[in-house]
Amino acid sequence: MRKISLSKLPELFSAIAKTSALYLPVDTKAGAKFEAWAVGKTLSNALNTVRSAKDFFFPQTENLMDFKVEGKNIELIDTRKECEDFVLFGVRACDVKSFEVLDRVFLAEPQDTYYKNRREHALIISTACNKPQETCFCGTFGIDAAEPSGDIVTYRTDDELFFDAKTEKGKKLLDALSSITEEADEKAVDQQKALIRERLQKLPLKDLKTEGFGSGKTAEFFDDPQWKELSSACLGCGTCTFVCPTCQCYDIKDFDTGHGIKRFRCWDSCMYSDFTKMSAGQPRLTQLERFRQRFMHKLVYYPTNNDGLFSCVGCGRCLAKCPINMNIVKVMKALGGREDA
Amino acid sequence: MQEVTRDALLNKALELLKNGTVDRVLGYRVGEFSYDVTPAVFENEDALKKDFCWNSFCGANFSKYLISETAKTEKKLLVFLKPCDSYSFNQLLTEHRFDREKVYAVGVPCGGMLSGKDLREKVESVSDVSVNGDKVTVKTLFDGDLEFDFETLLSDRCKNCKSKKHVAYDELLGEDGEVLDSHRFDEVERLEQMTPDERFAFWQGELSRCIRCNACRDVCPACTCEKCVFDNPNSGVQNKAAADSFEEKMFHIIRAFHVAGRCTDCGECSRVCPQHIPLHLLNRKFIKDINSFYGDYQAGAEVGSRAPIVNYTTDDPEPSEAVERGHGNA
Amino acid sequence: MQVNEYKPLIVAFCCNWCSYAGADLAGNNRLNYPADVKIIRVPCSCRVNPMFILRAFQRGADGVILCGCHPGDCHYTSGNYYTRRRMALLFSMLDYLGIEKERTRVEWVSAAEGAKFAATMNDFVETVAALGENKRLEDLRCKK
Repeated sequence: MRKISLSKLPELFSAIAKTSALYLPVDTKAGAKFEAWAVGKTLSNALNTVRSAKDFFFPQTENLMDFKVEGKNIELIDTRKECEDFVLFGVRACDVKSFEVLDRVFLAEPQDTYYKNRREHALIISTACNKPQETCFCGTFGIDAAEPSGDIVTYRTDDELFFDAKTEKGKKLLDALSSITEEADEKAVDQQKALIRERLQKLPLKDLKTEGFGSGKTAEFFDDPQWKELSSACLGCGTCTFVCPTCQCYDIKDFDTGHGIKRFRCWDSCMYSDFTKMSAGQPRLTQLERFRQRFMHKLVYYPTNNDGLFSCVGCGRCLAKCPINMNIVKVMKALGGREDA
Repeated sequence: MQEVTRDALLNKALELLKNGTVDRVLGYRVGEFSYDVTPAVFENEDALKKDFCWNSFCGANFSKYLISETAKTEKKLLVFLKPCDSYSFNQLLTEHRFDREKVYAVGVPCGGMLSGKDLREKVESVSDVSVNGDKVTVKTLFDGDLEFDFETLLSDRCKNCKSKKHVAYDELLGEDGEVLDSHRFDEVERLEQMTPDERFAFWQGELSRCIRCNACRDVCPACTCEKCVFDNPNSGVQNKAAADSFEEKMFHIIRAFHVAGRCTDCGECSRVCPQHIPLHLLNRKFIKDINSFYGDYQAGAEVGSRAPIVNYTTDDPEPSEAVERGHGNA
Repeated sequence: MQVNEYKPLIVAFCCNWCSYAGADLAGNNRLNYPADVKIIRVPCSCRVNPMFILRAFQRGADGVILCGCHPGDCHYTSGNYYTRRRMALLFSMLDYLGIEKERTRVEWVSAAEGAKFAATMNDFVETVAALGENKRLEDLRCKK
């Protein structure tokens, strides 16, 4: 375990940035956001970023390939470039877990090479959550905010930052930083973990349970009459899906540039009326069906296909951003994620 | 600042249900926390007594829900309207978007609303919020209780409230207010005074944050097209995500233009934007220009008025002249 | 041959009844105006939706001009009066967003005004050429 004084954070960032691109949460007018580090940028104190860290592996829009048409010939142009190594600093436990959820989708056969390329070049430095928010419920999904995963886990005390390398990749980076960090023992970190766990116990959503949901429960919930009431106020916007770290649906479209075609992929939302539209039309005609799809996917379909893993990590972004304040917590409570259980 | 209490609204709703004036009630349902209330239709007394809520976070504009809620049933619906909601209510009636006969509107005075989203950006780990007069007590999980002046937490759109006067209702609770001099064009004027380069930089910065969640469009009481051009794959402009900064501009310019003359300036677009884009400043620019080119016009102030953009006079200013006047050079 | 000389691309929406005939007259009278002006004929100037204008910029136009019958002379009685209001508001909005106001213009050209058409186009091309390439309403994907 290594440590560094908080006052030396700029030195730390500049040392990391010398070897590879470094992204970290910084404060902006619209809340915290991951940005490339540059001299003068300071780490945000916010608990989490408005948008999740999934953008780094699964960007909102991405060019897949180009077509050039000349006469009767179509030329296909592969626009892929090998991604450069980069470091993601300050990722929270929930977001780190979300990468596992995304991996199971994009790295399953056939593998998504665009995603894989970026995933392999990333080094994740996570941070334990000193001050969780009332909207946090990562514990519900078995995530410990005091013990995130990642290549390197960091803990922040009042004046120091502690590093714990968890992977070979992480150890290598930490070794490279040995000149500006000092050796540390576990004591301060253990104290910090205890403090975090004590705080997690005070969270209002700490007792939300996933029992009742999961693999094979489709029939049980699909026709529940409560979907009607739950979805009735839904505007059908895509806010929840776009701030969600685990939502992974996308659309592939062609854009006619006037002198060629660009095939791109962009995020899609199951809340949209034109989601998965086919020649025969939209399979889900009402907002009730679209709304149900989103939550059934997170709580039932995904676990059914992925060994019981839920595709929600309890980050609370949808609780914070939904224009009408409907969210997965309310759905779980209404449908039977019993608090007392 | 709550001018009417939850009990007053609840009792009114119960009374109207009991005497058969209405069959259903559109109100707010309590959430997990004090700030996350959700619009809901209550079908009976028990549901109302259990979950009906009215507090300083009940800011959402109910008017747009009337379109879907009156379309699917013959039952009569009670709706509570804040002054700003009543303008949207009239505007929707002007556009024949819902059946007035199926709605019983109760006007509720409003002393301004708080925004849960804004509050949570000021205060960490909010566990409870209570409003007493002009003081707000925010309980937090780890930092004890904090006290604020109501004014300092007032949501952005309420700071420039255009009117405390209801323009539509069947019945009014409490006293009606006045149309206010809201200084709502001050910010627009500030932008107009900038150089084109500064304005471009400002809007490029703001609009580049857009994630195309469409919340602004979906919440907007003026955006009531059955199918939006931006959702239509045959329009050539369907863009689920902005692949180029042009698309952000295109979407927001066209959206603002499409509601020009119909936008009542309720501020819902900016309220719901997860990226804090001041979208109301686009709409207000149109309102300000309309006022200055074609005479004062407030959408929704009355039912049946003809919007300036579907009207003309033979001596309207030419576009070139209008642009000069538009940024205060004339 | 001149190399690297910047030539702006101009899209001109012309109403069928007046301005398009005006352009025709300019041609018949052998009046010169730059070939960089691409004319799109529309039934009435009020057929032009704001989105047409934005999409012209997206696809590479450096300037967009809209020509219709003189106010009062609309073939459909009042179409151009609506155009006038719409474009006044749209252009003012574009200006508000910091997009050069010289790139957009509305001009009333009658069927008898071949000379005015040519003069208007010459002037507009010159103005836009002085501004240079359209950068503020461009779509990078459409650039060659």
